[in-house]
Amino acid sequence: MRKLVLAAALTLPMLAAPALAQDTLKIGYIDPLSGGGASVGEIGLKTFQLLADEVNAKGGIQGQKLEIVPLDNKTNPQESLIQLQKAIDSGIRYVTQGNGSAVAAALSDAVAKHNSRNPGKEVLFFNYAAVDPILTNEKCNYWHFRWDANSDIKMQALTSYMKDKKDIKKVYLINQDYSFGQSVRTQARKMLGEKRSDVEIVGDELHPLLKITDFAPYIAKIKASGADTVITGNWGQDFALLLKAAADAGLKVNWFTYYAGGTGGPTAIKQTGLDHQVFQVSEGVANGGAPGAIEVEKVLRAKYDISNFYPRAFNQIRMLVAAADKAKSTDPVKVAAALEGLEFDVLNGGKGFMRKDDHQFFQPIYISSFGSLADKSMFDDEHTGWGWKVEAKVDTPDTMVDTTCKMKRP
Amino acid sequence: MLELIVISTLNGVLFGMLLFLLSSGLTIIFSMLGVLNFAHASFYMLGAFFGFQLTRWIGFWPALIIAPLLVGAIGMAVERYGLRNTHKHGHVAELLLTFGLAYIIEEIVQLIWGKGPMDYRVPAILDFPAFTIFSTNYPAYKMFMLLISVAIFIGLLVVLKRTRVGLIVQAALTHPHMVGHLGHNVGQVFMLVFGVGTALAAIAGVIAGPALVTQSDMAMLLGPILFVVVVVGGLGSLSGAFIASLLIGLVQTFAVSMNGSLASLFGPLDPSIGPSLLTDVWNVTIAQIAPIIPYLLLVLILIVRPMGLMGTRET
Repeated sequence: MRKLVLAAALTLPMLAAPALAQDTLKIGYIDPLSGGGASVGEIGLKTFQLLADEVNAKGGIQGQKLEIVPLDNKTNPQESLIQLQKAIDSGIRYVTQGNGSAVAAALSDAVAKHNSRNPGKEVLFFNYAAVDPILTNEKCNYWHFRWDANSDIKMQALTSYMKDKKDIKKVYLINQDYSFGQSVRTQARKMLGEKRSDVEIVGDELHPLLKITDFAPYIAKIKASGADTVITGNWGQDFALLLKAAADAGLKVNWFTYYAGGTGGPTAIKQTGLDHQVFQVSEGVANGGAPGAIEVEKVLRAKYDISNFYPRAFNQIRMLVAAADKAKSTDPVKVAAALEGLEFDVLNGGKGFMRKDDHQFFQPIYISSFGSLADKSMFDDEHTGWGWKVEAKVDTPDTMVDTTCKMKRP
Repeated sequence: MLELIVISTLNGVLFGMLLFLLSSGLTIIFSMLGVLNFAHASFYMLGAFFGFQLTRWIGFWPALIIAPLLVGAIGMAVERYGLRNTHKHGHVAELLLTFGLAYIIEEIVQLIWGKGPMDYRVPAILDFPAFTIFSTNYPAYKMFMLLISVAIFIGLLVVLKRTRVGLIVQAALTHPHMVGHLGHNVGQVFMLVFGVGTALAAIAGVIAGPALVTQSDMAMLLGPILFVVVVVGGLGSLSGAFIASLLIGLVQTFAVSMNGSLASLFGPLDPSIGPSLLTDVWNVTIAQIAPIIPYLLLVLILIVRPMGLMGTRET
């Protein structure tokens, strides 16, 4: 009898837990928290946790408390599906992920399947950083929403900026060997060819994703090719270690990148001594001067000693709140409907909107370069004394690209 | 072209020497205890993290001495209290023990230092280009790594071939029972060898940490290739491990610098065939398959010469 009471005392609170869940809205954060992608995954997690705190301080979403549930996927699609199932089983209706387009594609498929088989228990997938265009084109799906500009949009902006730089003559492409890296290389070839037919592509490299510890052999190859400019979509340690090897070898070229601002990137750039020769295309940097961006930058630095690498995460969570307010519900089906076509004032200033046709978010895109700061009041990164400077801005209408998506609506 | 060859050779030799530092300990342990120490790369990782932490506290140079000693002590404890007890249950039990140990070490490292990369810097005194060759700088720190590796190789060779301790160790490699019967404490020799082996791995960790990346997945990234070195080089052969390390270092580095593919050799496929598995295979470059070449070598060696390049006995 005593054992029974004890067992009941232990299990009853567990049974009561789902009842409590009504008061919290959980977002499953499925991203690498171990392995080669961990450094970026941790930054993303901290950013989302800060956002949850922000939302909860303002009274939550439709009265519900927002909670971020970290689920480690080791940057592996297979592991991600297990984590997704785990999330669904524990009653989570929103998942977010960003690192790795192969992972995003697997999640998008799985969520679509789950939703068609379990009406009334729909799950939404918010993609904050996986930028393979395929996710909002051939493989688009109603339950997937992407806040980051896709790779084509970014390459369009990068090449438009490179077009007027006459000192660019020989370009080397180095990318990670998976769907995203491959799309960067094809688009770079295509768009550079259209805009600057005089530019010669002197190398086109694909290397294993997050497995290389020493990029010296690759740097030797770039050097031997005589390139003056490198385009890379590398992220996480693949960018930091690439630049570290470049610094060691004293490679002096222009770098056009997607993710130079990730963990370790700024430190490595400073080591190369390339002052304002490393460019990044993104949805904005705090040094761009938007008051909202400056404010969150200060909070993130004070709380976690990191800079804001994911302004899109802010747009994502704040839009979730706006959509829930509009729908007067946190039910995923209603929120999804409310998100379609929703206009929003983005963190870095200006207007963005969630395109109904493919669920791709469009927003102003900036090219910035990393180097010494003219103004002491500006933010530096990773205590290097160097920071980002906005070089060019592409407004929302000019970032629009066509989509082949034929959305199937429920 | 010459430029690429020279730089690749330098890079390849450097990577090869690092592999040697790691595999020398592994191969000696393997041949003496008959244990394929799955946790060997984990001791390398421990070395890197201890080195990082001690560098923070007392500086790089003391860390270079103390971290390997600490890791060596841990290694000896593992042999004394772990492996020796499981020994009577056979090699499978020992293998499983080191396998589990690798995971435990990784988890502990993650608990203490987290999962992100550490900011482990090259000591300021070595942070300059040693020389410039074909307008490429060669960092002094990498030269330092090379020197340390060569010094340890020579030191090991001298100890094994020219001293009494080396004599006993060598004898124990081939005839452990006979050495025991002669009155030597084989258990103690084993413990010592295990400690020295893991300490060697730790030295590699301390010096490779700043040059490569100090992160909790570094053991898993480097671990598998060590087994390739040991098998290719030959069981228990120090010079075999040396040759195999250099071979694999050079092969991997040179493979990265090559752009050749079947398409460039025989011309592109007829475009009317359309994209298929065949076009993928046809167009893949040597650089892209560089990471799997060592494993290809492993398979080939096992088929053609199972005792390895310099090995003397088959196990």
